[in-house]
Amino acid sequence: MSPVLLAIISVTAIGLICAVVLAVASHFMGVPVNEKEVAIRECLPGANCGACGFTGCDGYAKALAEKEGIKTNLCVPGADAVAKKIADVLGVESEDVIEQVAFVHCAGDCYNHKQKHIYEGISSCRAAQMLYGGKGMCSHGCLGLGDCASVCPQDAICIENGIAHVDTRKCVGCGLCAKACPNHIIELFPDVTRVVVTCSNREKGASVRKKCSAGCIGCGLCARNCPQGAVSVVNNLAVIDYEKCIGCGVCREKCPTHAIRFADFSGRHRF
Amino acid sequence: METFKLMLKIIMTSVLVNNYVLSKFLGICPFLGVSKKLDQASGMGIAVIFVMLLATAATWPIQTYLLDPNGLGYLQTIVFILVIAALVQFVEIVLKKYIPSLHASLGVYLPLITTNCAVLGVTINNITDGYNFLESMVSSLGCGLGFLLAMVIFAGVRERMEEALPPKAFRGVPITLAAASIVSLAFYGFGGIVTSIFGE
Repeated sequence: MSPVLLAIISVTAIGLICAVVLAVASHFMGVPVNEKEVAIRECLPGANCGACGFTGCDGYAKALAEKEGIKTNLCVPGADAVAKKIADVLGVESEDVIEQVAFVHCAGDCYNHKQKHIYEGISSCRAAQMLYGGKGMCSHGCLGLGDCASVCPQDAICIENGIAHVDTRKCVGCGLCAKACPNHIIELFPDVTRVVVTCSNREKGASVRKKCSAGCIGCGLCARNCPQGAVSVVNNLAVIDYEKCIGCGVCREKCPTHAIRFADFSGRHRF
Repeated sequence: METFKLMLKIIMTSVLVNNYVLSKFLGICPFLGVSKKLDQASGMGIAVIFVMLLATAATWPIQTYLLDPNGLGYLQTIVFILVIAALVQFVEIVLKKYIPSLHASLGVYLPLITTNCAVLGVTINNITDGYNFLESMVSSLGCGLGFLLAMVIFAGVRERMEEALPPKAFRGVPITLAAASIVSLAFYGFGGIVTSIFGE
């Protein structure tokens, strides 16, 4: 046999043996990939924001495919369209996503809020907060240096008159800003919320008055006048129970410092 | 005693003197690619040891009992690549099925080193050095350990480098390559250590 032929035959033979072994092995020992998981992962937006409570989109897809009873409407950025697609893949009833928007619990802008020192350090809320709790007299409020704005993937937060404002039309409710805020004054609200408390100060009324003219002084007028009993004052701060609230706005009218306002959640979600 | 001494000599030689990464410059791409974090680097190193041992166990008999008697020694490279690639794929399937925990920790690295030049280099050098089967296995173990050592050392260097501030033009790959060459230079200090310990 010529050397060329021998070489060709032997390499082909070895290749064939390897191929057969691999084919047999993958047939008998292959672990089936969960098709549902792949299909669900296709539906998800892939932003890996973590708003669903799982480790990114892959984690959510895996959990949905493998465990029973996980809600299909947890993907906030994907909204109804994604929830519906996932429900189709899993063959269950789809539920509407209640869109969430971030809201800053502070109205202490430069007109309302008194300053105690001038801060000229690193332009970061976290750094400013470490220096005597920030430049403002109130150490519970918005520091206005935009840590939330810098983490916002949607560019939905702007700093206006010294405090952060969320553009509810752009906000997708991922909650990154809430994690970034060193004073923890950003909270996610369901898009249907009507009234919100715009203060986070839990000090006594007289102390709040000295620091900020827009703060909640814990007078309790809102709680006494609410027809549904939805408002209560906890630790000198008004708290609204949104299970009971009907959005009538009486608390807003009665509040002497205008620390309860109508929520401006009139973004894309409602229409 | 004589065999033990020989084995120790082979291991010492392949870990310190003829280190595959730092002296022979084989397996540079995982060395630069996966050495950013210590845990990844050690995972990769352990996977390489595993694959080198397997590859040698498969290729040495093929060379000795199949290629050499038929005068096909020149097909070494292509056959070895074929066999190693198939073998690693096979091992990955088996691991995935029967030992998922090991697959979870090594799985990411296995496809990366399927046809890694260090693995191919070890198997071919074992043949050219004229080692018998046992010596080849010991030599592969030594080379794998050498790779692990190089990875771990370099991961340490890189973690320190992350905190340093080199001039802008040197940041990233250039400073990494410069550091790799300095680590390699340090390993040249081991030249002659084996002959001084064990004699010729």
